[in-house]
Amino acid sequence: MKALKKSVWVFHVNTGACNNCDIEIVDLLTPKFDVERFGIKLVGSPRHADALLVTGVGTKQAAKRLQEVYRQTAKPCVVFCIGACAGGGGIFEGAYHVAGPVDKIVKEVDPNAIIAYVPGCPPKPEAMISGVVKALAAI
Amino acid sequence: MKKSVRKPILAVGPFHPLQEEMEFFQLTIDGEIVTDIDVRISYNHRGIEKLSETLQFDQVPFLVSRVCGICSASHPLAYVQAVEEIVGVTPPDRALYVRVIINELERIHSHLLWVGLAGHFIGYDTVFMWAWKYREPVLDLLEKITGNRNNYGNVKVGGCREDIPNEIIPTLLKELDFLGKKMDMLTKAVLDDPILHARLKGVGVLSKEDAIAYAVTGPTARGSGIAIDVRRDEPYAAYGDLDWNVISQPEGDVFAKAVVRLLEISEAIKMAKEAIKKLPDGPVAVDVKEIPPGEGCGHAEAPRGETFHYVRSDGGNRPVRHKIRAPSYVNVPSFRASCIGQHIADVTITLAAVDPCYSCTERMAVMDSRSNVILDYESLLRLSREKTAKIKKEIGAPELKLEDL
Amino acid sequence: MNQEELDNRLAEISDKLIDTQRISDRRVFLLCESENSFAVNKFLFQDLALRFIIATGIDSDSCFEVLYHYSNDETGCIVTVKAFIRDRENPSIESITPILPAAEWIEREMRDILGIDFINHPNLRRLILSDDWPEGVYPLRKEVKK
Repeated sequence: MKALKKSVWVFHVNTGACNNCDIEIVDLLTPKFDVERFGIKLVGSPRHADALLVTGVGTKQAAKRLQEVYRQTAKPCVVFCIGACAGGGGIFEGAYHVAGPVDKIVKEVDPNAIIAYVPGCPPKPEAMISGVVKALAAI
Repeated sequence: MKKSVRKPILAVGPFHPLQEEMEFFQLTIDGEIVTDIDVRISYNHRGIEKLSETLQFDQVPFLVSRVCGICSASHPLAYVQAVEEIVGVTPPDRALYVRVIINELERIHSHLLWVGLAGHFIGYDTVFMWAWKYREPVLDLLEKITGNRNNYGNVKVGGCREDIPNEIIPTLLKELDFLGKKMDMLTKAVLDDPILHARLKGVGVLSKEDAIAYAVTGPTARGSGIAIDVRRDEPYAAYGDLDWNVISQPEGDVFAKAVVRLLEISEAIKMAKEAIKKLPDGPVAVDVKEIPPGEGCGHAEAPRGETFHYVRSDGGNRPVRHKIRAPSYVNVPSFRASCIGQHIADVTITLAAVDPCYSCTERMAVMDSRSNVILDYESLLRLSREKTAKIKKEIGAPELKLEDL
Repeated sequence: MNQEELDNRLAEISDKLIDTQRISDRRVFLLCESENSFAVNKFLFQDLALRFIIATGIDSDSCFEVLYHYSNDETGCIVTVKAFIRDRENPSIESITPILPAAEWIEREMRDILGIDFINHPNLRRLILSDDWPEGVYPLRKEVKK
């Protein structure tokens, strides 16, 4: 897998998740996976981000925050739905406090949003890297 | 509406107007001391208890293993124990040992995760990298046994869904021996480090009285001198057959809680090895066809503390009511007692000491009651690390050395 | 305290109870009317120094139940107070938060999901439902569809 031509900055957003996906995302920074060698960097603000790594079902409370974060993110950007929950609700689909899934919430503010999906519960770090690099290389 | 507010004295990070960025933890400060905390947990509420009533009894373990990612073995275990109580069935011995092995492996990687994050919050990134590096072999072992690094899907009412194949046992023991040596080295390095003593002792103290008033459990309780542990207090699975110690420290500060967790990792390695060596032959499940009417309580000692499930059945094939209480539900409110009066440089590590979900910790912001300056999580992290750097300079001790990193 | 001591002491509040059910040597249910719930809880927490675990609210068709679960860590016995709220139209019960801070969140949660009012609760604000969740819709009530 080739490294990306330029550094890709990603911002992590949790919209109501069990934290498994979030922890595997943080795992990407650690020596075994070390995403920096692929040019992927986790940043502290959406304003600097090229992509959002979104986890969780999109609870009713978190939905507005996700939309606000999306608005603040520099465009163009890619929204990655990480995990089964972000992809379509996962095992929580239909629960009363779920406003998602994530793509529906984002498309409310931008019908043309670029959305990619990395399935798994949670997706292994290798799967996340593969998904992110492939999607960004394709765009 | 975005506002840009400047205050000359404090150097702060990017600004987020509070109206648009509602956080889990909203802190109010006066000067640099925390005076109040508001905690909002509606972000994470998914409606799991109601969902449970729509599932059949044997589908529920898959749901509850996803309540919390790093307590994902203890939730299904507490649930099936509650149902087994209603049925009046005891799983076969081999199942009870397999349950111990999986739960202790989870404790090891969960506590290592904590050690790494704690290091990250105070600016010890070598500890972060080292701890998370040594988590990986534990996750690999769990994947070998259950098929997944997280969300093991291993328990069911009546026993376990899958066995641990005997061929894998030598590998398990070898990996645990290797990890045990590494942990001894880390524990010694941390306990001997004068910078960590200066940085974490006396910080974020939860008094014993407050610990009782907030009914905290797990390392949060044991770090305040309350030596409770479900594994000893109401032994479940095979814990009653093993030789082990409850670890507790009296001081109630962040350092005490760190010591408890570090020593518990070593204890968990010891317990897992003993359980593996004593693993009896036989089946790993009894067949349970029906759940009669009744009520059951199941609890397990998750890495964060007691996980408690209450289940009510009316004889049908779905729970009529399923109450789920994660340990963080009682531990996180105690943050109020341990945080008020603390300096803002200490809030991230004080919260971390309670070990809530990582994502919840990221969502902390400060509102200054005097001038509406907003300090976001990044700024709080920076203040925490600056305090460590200052202490390091004052003490003049070298940086903590960890081999092979 | 040991089991014998616990059993003896539980007899002290039997006048406040409808019934005591010993499901097993480690599971005891103390049934009471909601009016006596505060006194029974106070006895368990303050007099017997049992550890509060959590509370469970249940919509039981003819009434509401609030179960307060306590642990006697020395013996592993779980003692549950089962309080019956008979008034379904305006369900309410006295809050135990003023004497037990650990109950603050769960009483707020039960108000959110079942609409039970906790009298004298110091901070009965919304806890787990979103800010825009409609008032008067209590998700764990039986009439709310799954």
